[in-house]
Order: sequence, then C-alpha cells, then structure tokens
Amino acid sequence: MNYQDDFRDSRLVAIMAENIAGMAAQLPGPVSFMEVCGTHTMSIYQYGIRSLLPDNVRLISGPGCPVCVTPIGYVDKAVACASDSNNIVATFGDMLRVPGSRSSLMEARAQGADVRVVYSPLDAVALAKAHLDRRVVFLGVGFETTAPAIAASILDAARQGLSNYCVLASHKTVPLPMELLSCDPELGLSGYLCPAHVSTVIGGNAYRKLADTFGVPCVVTGFEPADVMQGIEMLLAQVLAGKSLVEIQYNRAVSWEGNAKAQRILDLVFEPCDAVWRGLGLLPGSGLAIRPELSAFDAEKVLTIVAGEEVENSACRCGEVLKGKLAPFDCPLFATACTPESPVGACMVSSEGTCAAAYKYGR
Amino acid sequence: MCLGVPMKVLTINGDDIIAEIDGVRKEASLALLEEKVAVGDYVIVHAGFAISRLNEEYALETLRLMREVFSPEDMQ
Repeated sequence: MNYQDDFRDSRLVAIMAENIAGMAAQLPGPVSFMEVCGTHTMSIYQYGIRSLLPDNVRLISGPGCPVCVTPIGYVDKAVACASDSNNIVATFGDMLRVPGSRSSLMEARAQGADVRVVYSPLDAVALAKAHLDRRVVFLGVGFETTAPAIAASILDAARQGLSNYCVLASHKTVPLPMELLSCDPELGLSGYLCPAHVSTVIGGNAYRKLADTFGVPCVVTGFEPADVMQGIEMLLAQVLAGKSLVEIQYNRAVSWEGNAKAQRILDLVFEPCDAVWRGLGLLPGSGLAIRPELSAFDAEKVLTIVAGEEVENSACRCGEVLKGKLAPFDCPLFATACTPESPVGACMVSSEGTCAAAYKYGR
Repeated sequence: MCLGVPMKVLTINGDDIIAEIDGVRKEASLALLEEKVAVGDYVIVHAGFAISRLNEEYALETLRLMREVFSPEDMQ
C-alpha cells in the first residue's frame, strides 16, 4: 500500500518535529503524554520518536501490553491447567515465557506439558475438534482488540457442539485504568495517545469521559512515525488552547462508534467483572468474565484449578514501569539480570512490553 | 499479541478470507466485521480476525493535511 510508506516519510516527520518544537516553546512548563498501547511503545522506540521531541515534551509508556498487565496468579493457573495431562493448553506465543511463581508455560512444556502456540483462537477450536478425547484450554488474555476474537471462538465452539473447548479468561478493558492514571498527581499527565487497534473496536466515543470529566486531552493515534508525531502535535495544540477533547488522528481505521458487530459479539459472551492488573492492583469493573449461560466454556467453572501460592520476585519493578513511574533503564535489573532471553518480569517478555522495546531499540 | 497488521484481501468465501502482506498469505475471518469488504480492500487483521477496514480516502486526506500543516513555508 503506497500511502503506508508515506506515513514513514522521514522528511515529513522532520518537518513535524520542527513544528512540535515551535509549539513546545510556547508551553509554560513541561508536559507528559502517555501512550497506552504496546504497539505505540514499540513504534516510539523503533523510530526514535523521543529523540525528535524537545526536552519539555515527555512520553511515558503506560499499561498497554496485555501480557504485561496479566497478574502472576493467572500464569500459575495456566501452568496448573497444563500440568494435567488431560488438557492441551493453547495460547498466543508471548504468554509462553512469562514467569509464574514457580514455572513458566515454556518450562512446563519442557517437562512434558502439552502447550501449543496458535495464531488465532479459531485454531484452538480446531484443535479441540481434532482431540475430542482431551480438553483444550485457551488462554484468553488481551484488551478489547483480542476479546471479540475469543468471544467468536466460544460461539463457534458452541455452534459446533464442542464440549471440550474452554477459555481461561483474563480480559481487560482499557478506558478504566486510564481514568485512574489521569488522576495520579505524581504522573501529572497532560494527555493520552489513545490505543489504535483497541479503538477500532470501542470507537473514539469511549474516551469522552476522560476528556469531559477528567479533563485529559485524548487523541486516538496510528502507529506509523508520522501518525505518532501528528498525535503529539494534536495533543500540544489542545494543551496550548486549554482544551480537553477527544480527537481521532487514525481515522483511516477508527470511527467514533467503533466496530458495532465486534461489540455485540463481545457483549453476547462477556460481562464486566473486577480484574487484577499487574502494577495497578484490583480495578472494579475493568475485566471481562464469561457470562453464566456460557459457563460450559469457562475454564474456571469446568476445571478444578489448584495453582498454589503466588510468589512475586521482589526485585522486579514491572509494576512501577506499567504505571509509568519508572523508565526501563532506571530498573536495576534492566539488561543485567533481566533480558529478553531470560526475563525476570513480564515487561521484558512480550515484544510489546516497555522493557523489551527499550532493550531492542532504545540502548 | 495485540499486533494488528494491514493486509490486502485476495479472496473471499463467506466469512473466510485469504489476505496478504509483503508476500505472506494468511487465512482470516470476517465474522467480527460489519462493514462490507471486497477483494482488493485493505483490512487490519488481528488474531485471525479482520477488525477494521482501512479507508484509503481518509488516509490520503490525513497525509494531505499533514503536508499542508507542516509545510516549511508555514513555519516561518
């Protein structure tokens, strides 16, 4: 697609950087904008966006990586499911190496557990159909981008009458933690680069409360360098004008209403529940649980999962990284005890994790 | 995991499509998409599902506006 390359036009990006510097010079003090999407974090490191910004415009990475915010207790439950030889655990690849209290899924697999990486949750349903004598447990993590796909897989399994497919659900919704972080005086956020692909599903309107009630400017921004730079420029323009609006920079993929069909399928399968976020703790109403009428597909209901006590590595500071209060480079474990090959915490595991992006592109 | 990839739709059979990016072909489902999609359109594929159709017209308009707003002459 030709225009995809145009959004990487380095000359355009350089001119935008100059314009942003001009706007930033008019600011009364420094501003901090948070990106709440792992792909933004990757893009910002990959294209060196921070080096294009003046010192008084800071970018902070927030809790935008779904694997990173998944609490250690969930990994323990997944490992417990995998340790039962009746089960096949199916998962997206980046869950494999996340350390649990005693073991990661990859270590469990090395010890004989049947853990399989799939690209689509429909592949996990196909796996269940091919192994009717065993149970396939799919690890349902992710935000509003991923949850509809997993909802569709449950509906597909129900349609096919498969009683050996279930989901260990730990889905989370994005706007609520953004409200929480916007009130944190220590962070002092002046605006959000809102997630791109989550917003294709939930739509720009989902951030109205943040802008209207919490007074935080929001711009739904794409991933290409010119998108990110324009998102920052739009946030600066709002700050300089004393406004807090929701704007959509990424309008080639995101509408105000979002994807109505994906939202319907999501509502059909899931209902809001309280959820624990790594780093943020328990946030009421920020999770998605499988509805009781579909409990036959809910791993928590159909399996007896004994996961043991949760043991966090006390030296790991992923929690502070996820809240934007610690930069990866300032963590004493970064690139020493904790590397992508041997991660101590979740932020170093997933390619979308802040520490992994900083390790790969930021040094 | 959250990576969505813009892909070009090559074939459509009911809800099942084959889409391509950089010579890599993948199967994906249209089951989550309300908008009509035609062969040759671009969609964002995430975890085996198309979650959004890419609107080329808006993309080109965004680029035009960027170039207009950020033209060096305007910055004097």
